Amino acid sequence: MANMYSKGTKRKFSDGVDNKAVAASYSLQRQSLLDMSLLKLQLCHMLAEPNLCRSVLIANTVRQIQEEMAHDGSWQVVTEALGGSGHGPSDRLVDTEVLCQSSEQQDGGPRLYSVMGYDGCREEEVVTDKALCSVVVGDRAPALLLGTIGHCWDRGELRVEDGVSKDSGTGEEEGTKSGEGAKMATGQVFGTFEIKNGAPGSDPALEELFSDVDASYYDLDTMLTGMQSAPKMGPYDFLDSLASSHGSVSNSSCRADLNELDHIMEIIVGS
Amino acid sequence: LFPGVYFTRIKRLDGNLQFNLLLVMLFVTADIISTVEFNHSGELLATGDKGGRVVIFQQELESKNQPQCRGEYNVYSTFQSHEPEFDYLKSLEIEEKINKIRWLPQKNAAQFLLSTNDKTIKLWKISERDKRPEGYNLKEEDGRYRDPTTVTTLRVPVFQPMDLMVEASPRRVFANAHTYHINSISVNSDCETYLSADDLRINLWNLEITDRSFNIVDIKPVNMEELTEVITAAEFHPNQCNTFVYSSSKGTIRLCDMRASALCDQHSKLFEEPEDPSNRSFFSEIISSISDVKFSHSGRYMMTRDYLSVKIWDLNMESRPVETYQVHEYLRSKLCSLYENDCIFDKFECCWNGNDSVVMTGSYNNFFRMFDRGYRQDVTLEASRESSKPRSVLKPRKVCTGGKRKKDEISVDSLDFNKKILHTAWHPQDNIIAVATTNNLYIFQDKL
Repeated sequence: MANMYSKGTKRKFSDGVDNKAVAASYSLQRQSLLDMSLLKLQLCHMLAEPNLCRSVLIANTVRQIQEEMAHDGSWQVVTEALGGSGHGPSDRLVDTEVLCQSSEQQDGGPRLYSVMGYDGCREEEVVTDKALCSVVVGDRAPALLLGTIGHCWDRGELRVEDGVSKDSGTGEEEGTKSGEGAKMATGQVFGTFEIKNGAPGSDPALEELFSDVDASYYDLDTMLTGMQSAPKMGPYDFLDSLASSHGSVSNSSCRADLNELDHIMEIIVGS
Repeated sequence: LFPGVYFTRIKRLDGNLQFNLLLVMLFVTADIISTVEFNHSGELLATGDKGGRVVIFQQELESKNQPQCRGEYNVYSTFQSHEPEFDYLKSLEIEEKINKIRWLPQKNAAQFLLSTNDKTIKLWKISERDKRPEGYNLKEEDGRYRDPTTVTTLRVPVFQPMDLMVEASPRRVFANAHTYHINSISVNSDCETYLSADDLRINLWNLEITDRSFNIVDIKPVNMEELTEVITAAEFHPNQCNTFVYSSSKGTIRLCDMRASALCDQHSKLFEEPEDPSNRSFFSEIISSISDVKFSHSGRYMMTRDYLSVKIWDLNMESRPVETYQVHEYLRSKLCSLYENDCIFDKFECCWNGNDSVVMTGSYNNFFRMFDRGYRQDVTLEASRESSKPRSVLKPRKVCTGGKRKKDEISVDSLDFNKKILHTAWHPQDNIIAVATTNNLYIFQDKL
């Protein structure tokens, strides 16, 4: 892993197993960067006066990550599983600098995720990148856009009890919601982005999957600038609005989607 | 090269450059320092802090007995420039933190400076009073009115010396012109106008008129969801009153000519360096964001500061900078961690020395860096009480970037990222620098 941290060098993939391991690791790290970025955007939404420059830079970073994920076939896996149109084999060789999260990081103080913003935020819900990677692979979807900021929302006051068992349903439901949430959040942030930038046209299968999720999680102006003519949301209003958004999803469609996702993810994880 | 005092730098036998710097003054301020600025003569040094206060230091006159010694800086005036405000319409608190101070060129006995927080710019007059009239006919010395029947003679009040009193009074308040946070102010060389820049707009003001300003740059998209770039700094050209530049979060600098049109959305020149593809990462854009832009005193060059480097641009060449100096390249492999702890968003400033031969900027661990353009060498120094014994020369520091750490070197992992030097200033003529750590102000000079 050490050579991944070296700056500016094009990495040459050796054949076979190395290839996949490197790509998977990169993918996970990229995912955690995406998670981190989305969380930062949420948090600055709750500050009294979000720093516009910082918000814009973070939002641009999120977009870059999502564009790359769309390009290198991360979306492709999901769309194929859903029977959508396939894309050509994508070049998995990336010469971007690998995100570094060295193991020495572990002794740092409280992570950004775990400070401020959320009442009752528990450390175990928001994990370090290393642990996140292992959780993602083992228990949840090897999430792409799925399962991103979902865990951030996993707070008592946010979760809507919809009858789904907490254990098995949690991951996928969060996956569904947060995937959409992530998509919608960034979509709201930049407007016309999502898959349209990468793949030609949006994928109908994906749209259908996420169609029942309420997209009004964010008030864009509030997120970006903290200023708007509409009444400003204070930190607690934000949590309330999320709760109410969740509440709009019906139980039965959830269950159906969850079963479908369960199945898909088994395939993906199994491969 | 300009005439004037050249920086004391000695090329030692071992080939390394030596900057002789002595700590002469250390002030502990009550609050986090947010801006530092010398006036045009260098006699005054102003600092602004997070609590909305301005503290001005004045250089003592040189003693006739010791002509080689420069005067020390002492506190001259302190005043509360901005107070916290609450915007009831948007339910937002407006910070009183002073983002920038800029001095006006001196025209008479009084000094004037502009100070700004996120929303409001104020023009302050700083004047001295060292005499007061005494001997009024109708009033006692304490101000009480005399009984008119006791007044039998007439006298002319005369000025008597008194202890020096420095008064700061707000002369103009320029408010309600910025929706977004003001990051820069810059006084025009015509001394009549100045610009103020926020994240998306730049306004032009007349120093005399507070109820009106002209918008000269507006990069706000119709749809805020399409916003991808903000203004990060702006400055007027030191000689050409029609020219100004502004930098962006995407690493570009635009030079605008106000004669071309009223709204300068179309730039005259666009300065941008093509990205190095081998260094591309998800953090490329963030680290290319320019945190400060400063014209050279000559007006021929400008300097920009991005997260990892300082670049010098020739105004006649837009395609790439003429010089690039790495401030702390060893951080490039740490960008993910620095993104996580938000340090990657730190906005470092930079400054030129009086004759544009040396540039300076801050870094972490209370380090600051100087780059000598002539000798093409650089030095890392530390502003800390442990390293700065008064009257003894500052020792250069070195960061160990890999391999075996030599004695006196610091490893990258030992750097303290909470100790950052964002604000530095250089005396306009002499080799005196002001370096601000979190709430300490250090003044170094190269002569006792």
